[in-house]
Amino acid sequence: MSAELTATRMARFANWNVAIIAITVVVLIVAAVTVDNFGTSQNFGFLVLDVLPIAIIALPMTLVIVTGEIDLSVASTLGLSSAVMGYLWNANQPIETIIPLCLLLGAVLGAVNGFFVTVLGLPSLAVTIGTLALYRGLAFVVLGDSAVADFPPAYTDWVTGTIGSTPFPNVLIIIVVLAVVFGVVLHATPVGRAVFAVGASEQAARFAGVRPGRLKFWLYVAGGLVSGLAGVLWTLRYSSARADNGAGLELAVVAAVLLGGVSIFGGKGALAGVVAGVVLLGSLQNALRLSDVSNEALNVVTGVLLIASVLGPNLANRLRRN
Amino acid sequence: MTNRKNLAVLAVLALALSACGGTTKSSTEGQNTAAPTNTSAKADPNAPLKEGLKIAYLPKQLNNPYTDVEVGGGKVAVGELKGEYKLVGPNDASASSQVSYINTLIQQQQNVIVVAANDPNAVCPSLNQARKAGIKVVTFDSDAAKTCRDAFINQATTQGIGESLVKMASELAGGSGEIAILSATPNATNQNSWIEVMKTELAKPENAKLKLVKIAYGNDDDQKSFTEAQGLLQSYPNLKVIVSPTTVGIAAASRYVSASNYKGKVAITGLGLPNQMRKFVKDGTVKKFALWNPADIGYLAAYAGASLSSGQITGAQGEKFKAGKLGEYTVGADGEIVLGPPTEFTAANIDKFNF
Amino acid sequence: MTAVELPAPRRSSLDAVLRARELGIVIALALLVAVTATSNSRFLSGQSIRDILLNTAILAVLAVGQAVVVITRNIDLSVGSVLGLSAFTVGTLLQGNNLPVVLALLVGAGVGVVCGGLNGVLVRYGNVPALVVTLGTLYVVRGVTYFWAGGSQINADELPSGFLDFGNATAIGIPYLVLLAVLVLVVTGVVLRNYRMGRELYAMGSSPHAARLAGIPAGRRTVGAFVVSGGLAGLAGVLFAARFGTIDAAAGTGYELNVVAAVVVGGVAVFGGSGTVWGAALGALLLTTIGSALAVLEINQFWQQAIVGALILLAIGADRLVAARVAASLKKRSSHVR
Repeated sequence: MSAELTATRMARFANWNVAIIAITVVVLIVAAVTVDNFGTSQNFGFLVLDVLPIAIIALPMTLVIVTGEIDLSVASTLGLSSAVMGYLWNANQPIETIIPLCLLLGAVLGAVNGFFVTVLGLPSLAVTIGTLALYRGLAFVVLGDSAVADFPPAYTDWVTGTIGSTPFPNVLIIIVVLAVVFGVVLHATPVGRAVFAVGASEQAARFAGVRPGRLKFWLYVAGGLVSGLAGVLWTLRYSSARADNGAGLELAVVAAVLLGGVSIFGGKGALAGVVAGVVLLGSLQNALRLSDVSNEALNVVTGVLLIASVLGPNLANRLRRN
Repeated sequence: MTNRKNLAVLAVLALALSACGGTTKSSTEGQNTAAPTNTSAKADPNAPLKEGLKIAYLPKQLNNPYTDVEVGGGKVAVGELKGEYKLVGPNDASASSQVSYINTLIQQQQNVIVVAANDPNAVCPSLNQARKAGIKVVTFDSDAAKTCRDAFINQATTQGIGESLVKMASELAGGSGEIAILSATPNATNQNSWIEVMKTELAKPENAKLKLVKIAYGNDDDQKSFTEAQGLLQSYPNLKVIVSPTTVGIAAASRYVSASNYKGKVAITGLGLPNQMRKFVKDGTVKKFALWNPADIGYLAAYAGASLSSGQITGAQGEKFKAGKLGEYTVGADGEIVLGPPTEFTAANIDKFNF
Repeated sequence: MTAVELPAPRRSSLDAVLRARELGIVIALALLVAVTATSNSRFLSGQSIRDILLNTAILAVLAVGQAVVVITRNIDLSVGSVLGLSAFTVGTLLQGNNLPVVLALLVGAGVGVVCGGLNGVLVRYGNVPALVVTLGTLYVVRGVTYFWAGGSQINADELPSGFLDFGNATAIGIPYLVLLAVLVLVVTGVVLRNYRMGRELYAMGSSPHAARLAGIPAGRRTVGAFVVSGGLAGLAGVLFAARFGTIDAAAGTGYELNVVAAVVVGGVAVFGGSGTVWGAALGALLLTTIGSALAVLEINQFWQQAIVGALILLAIGADRLVAARVAASLKKRSSHVR
């Protein structure tokens, strides 16, 4: 790849990153002005809670996709974590034990993905479609179709509550902390540089002293850990542990990441764009619902945005060249 | 390998924590019942019904013909009440998407939310938030936890439905033989309570020859119910009756049986919609089934919501209110309002019904 | 990525390996059927076998289309949504109209061809990865169907009886749907194996770059593969409508993962260039049979999904092993020649 080509690619990519953030800001402003009740503090809280699972899972997913792999099992990991949480709670275990165990479980499930992908060298798309079915299936085996409720109010209230008397939901702390951690790791540490290097060319990265397998393995573990956390938060938010919690969320997460300008082929992407992508999807959904536009419209908007996020820059580039 | 060490530390920590006590299910028992109770409000039976009330319906999911009929009745009633009718809902029957809709309805400052809960507990916190904002909450079809709604429209008493299901099954089986149940989801509140009554009924001496061999779950999904019906007939060759207390299940089972070798050998009954079942009643697959009029549920819910919002009733036992063409109703224990007994449909009367 | 296009004289050895791969599924299937039938002989009754074949027919048609796309190193996630749109289109068209079944099949396939063409054009000429395009059209097509359908549902009693009979009736004891699926399978299988066009798809999947250098019209072939997948998804929508009779906007939701699972279990490599539609169809048959067998064996139905997941992992693991063996033996053989 010539230096010149790299430069134009970088420019193109930066363009999209700026574009997605700009679009998000515009959508937020337009919604706040034109949609009744969109700008209220209570609605802000609802919005944050609604995007919470997608927002936190999208962070490790970004890193995984930048290395050129994918993890479709995240929503099933969330579901299994939720199911196990319900099972243990029913078994009268203390919540203080259950939560770390669920996080650990998430990390182990991620490690299983990592093992298949890095140690056995199997394609991640196929592996994680397999574990998508496997983990969701195990969630049903653990909890069946029943729902476990009555989680301690101290915990459920924290998840749905706000920081003191401010309009900021408590869970925003989790989102911000995780976003900062993953952002710093990706953009300001040797690990992050290794992630980009592996995504651009695994062989070149190996020559540069990176161990791609090991790196990917730990990214899968991180993905599992965060998905396990998302399962815990989901369960506490709805005060209901069910095996089908979060079903289908994996595609929404991948859509948000790609919308944020991360290349599905790896090597390119920025966390700021992904955060903007998550906020864009979440606020569009919220605003459309408040304006009594059906969910279906959102499906169409999501799909079109997703394709446009890659097609737009491609076409612009082609026009510029002609 | 620091990461691996961290994991080990985490595990040890978890075990250590479990050794010394913590917050367990039994230690928090009863803490969840806290709910805003409007004890200060008193019912004024003579208060006029307010006009212009914003009444929103949130069914379990859209795209369900049964639900369409229910909310259709609600729309009529809201029209009579000169209110503003609104229908919102998820495309999948999940509790989490219902919560988002409840939040939206709070933002839109509705006066009444009429909701069929997908999970009695998951919707609770947001319903209570709605009530704190002065919105009256009426549940229909599938109740939420008692502490987070003002009234519940019960289509028929649980006892009545369970008894009539067993009665129909016994008639169709000729008083003896194997029967199976094809239910909705294993945690469906309604279906499970009816099945409990059915079991009690089946234990009685007059039903001693009826044997319940299996309860299958079609998850209120057409295809799944279809496959489950298939599975039941394969596993139990001597099966005489399939009782399906859900409109999705009975339609799927009938469709399977009507096109298979089992037609005429196995009877189907349960709760179904006349329009969906007409074909199978006419072709002889189904002899009889039952249901209440779903439109009346939505209709009654609108009047109950309006009466609550106007202060005529508070949801306490013994209060009375008028529900348009349906006449006067009395609020029962726990805010329950019972619609009435179910109707039995046969080839003789099915053409009189259109829903 | 490991699959190699072999020169003609060695075709037989590759065939042997592939046959072994499919043999594995057949053996698994035979074991499953034997165990289930021993526990409940009604599993092998005519009705039961008919039901399994009918359920397989729809998944197999989808899997054949998916296999064609996957062989070219692409993927089509929009098939479930396309199935839904096609089923609803055909249902609406037939509602109260007694139109011939052939017309329904053509309309359904036509809907699919349009969707597939859109996917193909975006992938090829928009230069957008297939995963992104078809994930996008998964949402868009489903959204369009919901818009159109609103809350309505088409019931069996609104459909002409001729059409419903097509879903259940048989010719020489075999249901029409199954015959149609077999026809699709045979035609696609033969084209892929024996025709230049088919071999070019494999070449593109093995090495897109080399295929281009060899003068293969990769653009047209890519669009063609998506058109086939879309058209077959549309066809599957008609089969779905005829089989189940009840159609709403949610028809086929989530099918895409089942289809990809069937294809992967059937030995088609996700990175393209290897596998057959026969394998994909066998994968579909195996997954469907597992579902039915669990119901008959009275194993908790909750296990089904977990078993399918484990099976996928097992299948790709086994493929990896076979591929490594083949590569090793080829290397050994070529060193002997030298």
